[in-house]
Amino acid sequence: MLYYVFKRLLQAIPTLLIVITVSFFLMHMAPGGPFDGERQLPAEIEANLLATYHLDQPVWKQYLLYMGNLLQGDFGPSFRYKDFSVTELIMQGFPVSLELGLWAIGLALLIGMPLGIIAAIKRNSTVDYMVMGTALAGVAVPNFVIAPLLALVFGVLLAWLPVGGWNDGHWRNMVLPVVALSIQQIAYIARMMRASMIEVLGSQYIRTARAKGLAEHEVIWGHALRPALLPVASYLGPAIAGIITGSVVIEQIFGIPGIGRYFVQGALNRDYTLVMGTVVFYGALIVLVNLIVDLLYSALDPQIRYDN
Amino acid sequence: MTTKPIPTTTPLDGNAAGESLAGEAWRRLKQNRAAIVSLYLLGIIVIACVAGPWLTPWGLNEVNWNAFTAPPSITDGHFAGTDANGRDLLTRTLYGGQISLSVALVATLVSLVIGVLYGAIAGYMGGRVDNLMMRFVDIMYSLPFMFLVILLMVVFGRNILLIYAAIGAVEWLDMARIVRGQTLALKRREFVEAAHALGVKSTTIVTRHLIPNTLGPVIVYVTLTVPKVILLESFLSFLGLGVQEPMTSWGVLISEGKDIMQSAPWMLLVPSAFLAITLLCLNFLGDGLRDALDPKTR
Repeated sequence: MLYYVFKRLLQAIPTLLIVITVSFFLMHMAPGGPFDGERQLPAEIEANLLATYHLDQPVWKQYLLYMGNLLQGDFGPSFRYKDFSVTELIMQGFPVSLELGLWAIGLALLIGMPLGIIAAIKRNSTVDYMVMGTALAGVAVPNFVIAPLLALVFGVLLAWLPVGGWNDGHWRNMVLPVVALSIQQIAYIARMMRASMIEVLGSQYIRTARAKGLAEHEVIWGHALRPALLPVASYLGPAIAGIITGSVVIEQIFGIPGIGRYFVQGALNRDYTLVMGTVVFYGALIVLVNLIVDLLYSALDPQIRYDN
Repeated sequence: MTTKPIPTTTPLDGNAAGESLAGEAWRRLKQNRAAIVSLYLLGIIVIACVAGPWLTPWGLNEVNWNAFTAPPSITDGHFAGTDANGRDLLTRTLYGGQISLSVALVATLVSLVIGVLYGAIAGYMGGRVDNLMMRFVDIMYSLPFMFLVILLMVVFGRNILLIYAAIGAVEWLDMARIVRGQTLALKRREFVEAAHALGVKSTTIVTRHLIPNTLGPVIVYVTLTVPKVILLESFLSFLGLGVQEPMTSWGVLISEGKDIMQSAPWMLLVPSAFLAITLLCLNFLGDGLRDALDPKTR
């Protein structure tokens, strides 16, 4: 088990190296530099600025420097938020994004799984058709359409909830972004849960369980649920990755000061170090999440063991 | 399209009544009502997007000085209202559809060509080459691609050709895996062995014997890739990183619409509806095609 974790972490290194290298050289291929501002700076000042940030050195040297700093957890200074380092900005934004993401994934599981189970038990009934019809719509309508619509209905027309802002994570500010972020995942999880539950319910050992006279709820909770959860567990990795990318749009729409917003702002403002820092950070995060999901999977399925 | 082995009970005139794979799939697809309705709806949307801009009485950037953010109405010819600059929304949505759909087609085609060739070669070569090629795909899989694409957009400006290429380059991975799996199974079959024995070149075996036989799953996957690509393009455009003025796309229009949805909700609703219906239809069609082409359900 420990050996497996170690091996996976080793495998993550080339992936992260590629992410860092590609984004670093992309950034340096960009026309113009961070200081080509509205005003032409005097030559000496510009030279000084470039020297401070080591931008006057050859690219490969800058690359080595950046890697060296990165190993110490230093993403460099932000070019736009002058008084902040990228590390500080990420540490500021991450708790916010994390809270948003955790609520969203929690809500997706909490609603998606029961919906799927109910649809599977009441297969081909009106309930089933309604759940699956809604789920299909949820899959087809992207979150950047759902989010403004939610804001329009609940924020503007009904005026129940604030249209945007974070307000230090007040629950009223959190409802709309969390719902907008999780709807698509709810739909996916419900579809997946239904399909796997139907498959499990058709298997031999469920017939045996029924034949020996177990009550229906015992059959479902005691025998069918755990194997039916497996596909959903393996979907958690993509689901979390989807919520992370989704949060980029959602944070932008609702004006939430998370990493996603810094990322988009950085991209639009050509704040290259900030964009790079967030890309590398998210890359590492997704690799880590995938590892955790795989470990969770082995906990659910006794056939999978990571001993060697 | 390849044909099934024909039962040779009919005379040897070469026109024995066999049913081609395509014919059978079509017959089965026709029984799926949701898929057929989706197919017609998609057809209507495509025709409307291609021909529509000439049918509406307004040009793409034509300003109606009497109607800024006018609500939809039949009488003044703005069937879907106008935007904040007095431009006809329906015309813009149809033009945006052209861009969104063409990005979807070209990017899917790019991913199709790369993915099919890559997967077929990996599967056919096998052994160490296969191992190396698929390990590369694994590494690519774990990259946070969305972010790299955005970085690409930031660095090279918002060139529409780049959008095609970038999205296509992201989406070929699944295709490569599917085709490789198919090829691995197919290359052990007798007809490939026969081709070998006849001295057919490896390249010809791959292009003439292996790839055509993987078409079923590939077609299904293409119909599922198109909505993904449309979504990706809209996502980029929504963030202001995709298509740029004077061109427009559904993502751009939705982004514009959400900014003034309080006073002009139709600006959000009309392009959103087009996007959602297209995505929904493509999903239905993909599901239907999968059922129709899947040999297991035959």
